[in-house]
Amino acid sequence: MKIQIGAERCQGHGRCYDRAPDLFGADEEGYGKVLGDGTTPPGKERDARLAAANCPERAIDLLEEG
Amino acid sequence: MAADDRFTEDFRNAREEELLGTISERVTGPVSDWASDFSHLDPEWSADPYPIQDDLRERCPIAHTGRFGGAWLPTRYEDVAAIAYDTERFSSRSIILSNFRPPRELAPIGGSPPISSDPPFHHDARKLLLPAFTKAAIAKQEPATRAFCHSLIDTFEGRDVVDAAGDYAQHIPMRVIADMLGFPPEDGSRFRVFVEDLLEGINLPPDERIERVSRLFEYLLVQVYDHIDNPREDLTTYLLNVELYGHKLAPDHVVGTMALLLIAGIDTTWSAIGASLWHLAKNPADRSRLAAEPGLLPTAIEEFLRAYAPVTMARLVKEDMHWHGVDMKADDWILLSFPAANRDPVQFDRAGEVIIDREVNRHAAFGLGIHRCVGSHLARMELRVALEAWLARIPEFTLADPAAVTWAAGQIRGPRALPLRIR
Repeated sequence: MKIQIGAERCQGHGRCYDRAPDLFGADEEGYGKVLGDGTTPPGKERDARLAAANCPERAIDLLEEG
Repeated sequence: MAADDRFTEDFRNAREEELLGTISERVTGPVSDWASDFSHLDPEWSADPYPIQDDLRERCPIAHTGRFGGAWLPTRYEDVAAIAYDTERFSSRSIILSNFRPPRELAPIGGSPPISSDPPFHHDARKLLLPAFTKAAIAKQEPATRAFCHSLIDTFEGRDVVDAAGDYAQHIPMRVIADMLGFPPEDGSRFRVFVEDLLEGINLPPDERIERVSRLFEYLLVQVYDHIDNPREDLTTYLLNVELYGHKLAPDHVVGTMALLLIAGIDTTWSAIGASLWHLAKNPADRSRLAAEPGLLPTAIEEFLRAYAPVTMARLVKEDMHWHGVDMKADDWILLSFPAANRDPVQFDRAGEVIIDREVNRHAAFGLGIHRCVGSHLARMELRVALEAWLARIPEFTLADPAAVTWAAGQIRGPRALPLRIR
């Protein structure tokens, strides 16, 4: 699974990096960023889904890979 | 150091002239019908607004009032979100609903940027504040916040009943924001008066309201002069020195932002801490579970923020329009109730229940869109540390007298008296 943040939607609530600090971080203004290349490590899919489901701005997209 | 010539008597006079806006007729007295005559100052609303909001959401869902010169109250999540995102049709030039509407020329900056600002100015004014309020920057305040919480609990020694709102919750955000702005820590009791003047005095006669609001600005100018003479590492000195578009900030921008940071950070978090303790005092199963499982606290805090969201914002309609079934007029107020949105059953399962391990919780307690609360990471830190310290020291507590609990009236709702039996 690939994680992407829609930068035009993110407002820096930080729910993603609060909930899943292994997958998300903050930039110097507090906007969310995806750590690494955005590929979800094995066993972290649930964290990724919960982060997306809690984003108030619906700014996180999860791309399921074939 | 060279004198800063922005903050002269002329600036103060110019500021007073800017206050020319429109004043609507004061309407007092009890609400006759919540759908057509609502008032968020009504004691029934302060005591328990949720049944009123639920009823309106079912049958209305956008309520109206002729009070305050005309205002609308959307109660569905979908409508609240649509207004928060629509900065083209809804202005933030005043975000506290009252009988005074500032002149349109005040947009896009507003009296307390960036919360009162509209695009495009909003983005640039907000950008100046963001680095000081990231989660990482706020983490630096955590040890002092924790020590302060414990020092407040130390004062409870020998007492059976304490006021968790007046003796605990209110002091925490006051101390932290005073430290960040570089104001004297002992000025907390004055901050409480400023908060009440600004947020709860909205239906006072106009002269009295202006008089009260001006007290806050006189205080802030004293702090400005002190920081000009003695610059130091804090947000006030930062605001005095920072540049926007190649110039230092206009003096009313500096003072307006100081007012925002002082006022917005105080009774909001005070309310959130108090409402959380109120819930735990009434719900022993939740209380004992959180005392035993502090790791659940961040999840529980999101649920307290959803169910007891303290903050309602306001907007002003820009032009006459038909919107989602109602006819809005230019300069009508919108009471933008994030608390009502957070209890919409279309958006949340079991919306009326408090479920402290709710995992999916896309609440809007800190707003939606470009005006997301700039202090949300600070508020979350204060709320978590305040509850951690309380639960570690006072794992068992109950309401000492449910009838003695009082709630703030107006756009910020939380307990203002909360007597708890702690032993």
